[in-house]
Amino acid sequence: MLAFIIRRILQSIVVMLMVALLSFTLFRYVGDPVVSMVGRDTTFEERAALRETLGLNDPIVVQFGRFVKNASMGDFGISYEQRRPVIDLIAERAPATLELSFVSGLFALVVGVFMGVYSGLHKDGFLSKLFQSVSLVGISLPPFLIGILLIYLFAVILGWLPSMGRGEVRQLGFWSTGFLSFSGLISLILPAITLGLFQMTLIMRLVRSEMLEVMRTDYIKFARARGLTNRAVNFGHALKNTLVPVITVTGLQLGQIIAYSIITETVFQWPGMGYLFLQAVQRVDLPVMGAYLVLVALIFVVINLIVDFLYYVVDPRLRMEGGAVS
Amino acid sequence: MDIFRYIAKRYTLIIDSDIFYSFRRSPVTVVAAVITVTYILGTIFAPWIAPHNSYDLTSLSLLDAFLPPAWIEGGTTNFLLGTDDQGRGILSTIIWGSRLSLGVGFAAVIFSGILGTALGLISGSAGGRVDAFIMRVAEVQLTFPAILIALLVDGVSRGLMNVYEAEAMAIYVVIFSIGVSFWPQYARTVRASTVVEMEKSYVEAAQVAGRHPAVIMVRHVLPNVMGPVLVITTINLALAIILEATLSFLGVGIPPTEPSLGTMIRIGNDYLFSGEWWITVFPGAALAVLVLAVNLLGDWMRDAFNPKLR
Repeated sequence: MLAFIIRRILQSIVVMLMVALLSFTLFRYVGDPVVSMVGRDTTFEERAALRETLGLNDPIVVQFGRFVKNASMGDFGISYEQRRPVIDLIAERAPATLELSFVSGLFALVVGVFMGVYSGLHKDGFLSKLFQSVSLVGISLPPFLIGILLIYLFAVILGWLPSMGRGEVRQLGFWSTGFLSFSGLISLILPAITLGLFQMTLIMRLVRSEMLEVMRTDYIKFARARGLTNRAVNFGHALKNTLVPVITVTGLQLGQIIAYSIITETVFQWPGMGYLFLQAVQRVDLPVMGAYLVLVALIFVVINLIVDFLYYVVDPRLRMEGGAVS
Repeated sequence: MDIFRYIAKRYTLIIDSDIFYSFRRSPVTVVAAVITVTYILGTIFAPWIAPHNSYDLTSLSLLDAFLPPAWIEGGTTNFLLGTDDQGRGILSTIIWGSRLSLGVGFAAVIFSGILGTALGLISGSAGGRVDAFIMRVAEVQLTFPAILIALLVDGVSRGLMNVYEAEAMAIYVVIFSIGVSFWPQYARTVRASTVVEMEKSYVEAAQVAGRHPAVIMVRHVLPNVMGPVLVITTINLALAIILEATLSFLGVGIPPTEPSLGTMIRIGNDYLFSGEWWITVFPGAALAVLVLAVNLLGDWMRDAFNPKLR
């Protein structure tokens, strides 16, 4: 177990270093950082001085080392576009993205598991067929199109829900939350559905196929023979045994949700990190791009680690095998 | 006469094959194939089919802007599905835009297919450090969603070019960025099959016969690992079309002077609130139908060509 954990952590560090190298290369070699920072009328001497203070004349290994050291303390330099520390920009916008991602992940999990269990139990039912068709459409429609259609239906035609922004936001220390106001909550509905729809269909398909498989096993027949209620069999025995892959997929998809929020945030003009990243791409704001990349990579790596450990905790068979090896 | 007999023989071979049988047995797949072929033909013959040439800026008139579809009051039969903010006919732009979307999609999957297959072959046959390095990079890249990689590549290419170059090269940048974001899947699949094939005696025979390793890879091993590559390519085509549309929608893809389907949806999105729904809805529907058809074809191919996959 310990060997496994250490190996996984070392692997993660290697991944992070590779991403950091990429981010560093972006900042250092795509365009000249000095030219991007100074104004047009800066003299040659001032530029040379800036080059020296930034340490751009040092050996490249030293520069990379400094980059990693600064990045690990949250210093990603100054945004070319907004002239403010990148980390401040990201910190301002992180709560919006994380709240949205959390709500859509929850939506995908709850609705997906429910629909999956239902269509796994009633394989040929009308609702199951409907769920299946909806999931096919959900996969085929690009997320931004779903967002636009939802806005058109619920905001433009029906006028029930707001179409953009976070609504009223309250400050809790450094964290700005939309959970505490009515307008904040209803503003979450459409973007959360848009963002979570793909993951919902994924979870639904997974739970459905797992349920179909589990329902065929002997212990389910035995449980029925013992005269247990349907609910006990379906949820106590069947669903419980489908959960291992569901946990993995949900965990890994959480990272995907955070990355795909780039699209949803653009459609709904949600003031989050994804929108910031997109603007950085459009305006070639390299420090912001690099920082976002490193941050998303960090989130991915941490989620992957947690999922691996959870896997270990949830599935006793894995623990046995792992124990035998180490 | 021989050539006819040859064609007839080929024809019966195809008609009698298992693949064609499973194709005929699935009406959904037949419909999907018909739709896909229609799109492809439509895009090839776009200059003759489309009522107007939407990319010819001189033929546009701002007086025609925001016309509704023909069956709504104020619409004309000249523009069956209405016009956008520049006075482009929606129907014509959909036909031309599908041409761009499909073209970019095909180019991107072919590019990533060649890149990924080549790296997979190298990785599978070379082994050792080269193999470990390529596979590690592929693994790291696979943890990130394609959209992020594509956006990143797009942003970097913008940094390397000035504004005018970026505008002119936009299509190639999009193809490149989608292609780069799809290669790991090919590389991993091809590597896995290559490792298996390398053990087989025909490879050994070719080696003994003294053929150059590169020749062995391309002439002997490659044909034997192509099956899964074709399946991945079809599935990726749908993903590539979605990705292109998404990039264009986000404003980093195909520029609005020559709109693709995604660019049209982006343009229309600005006018959704003022009631000009047709600018968004028709291109959106065209995109959705295309992607759905290609997806269904891909699903069928995966099952038909490789029952082991699922």
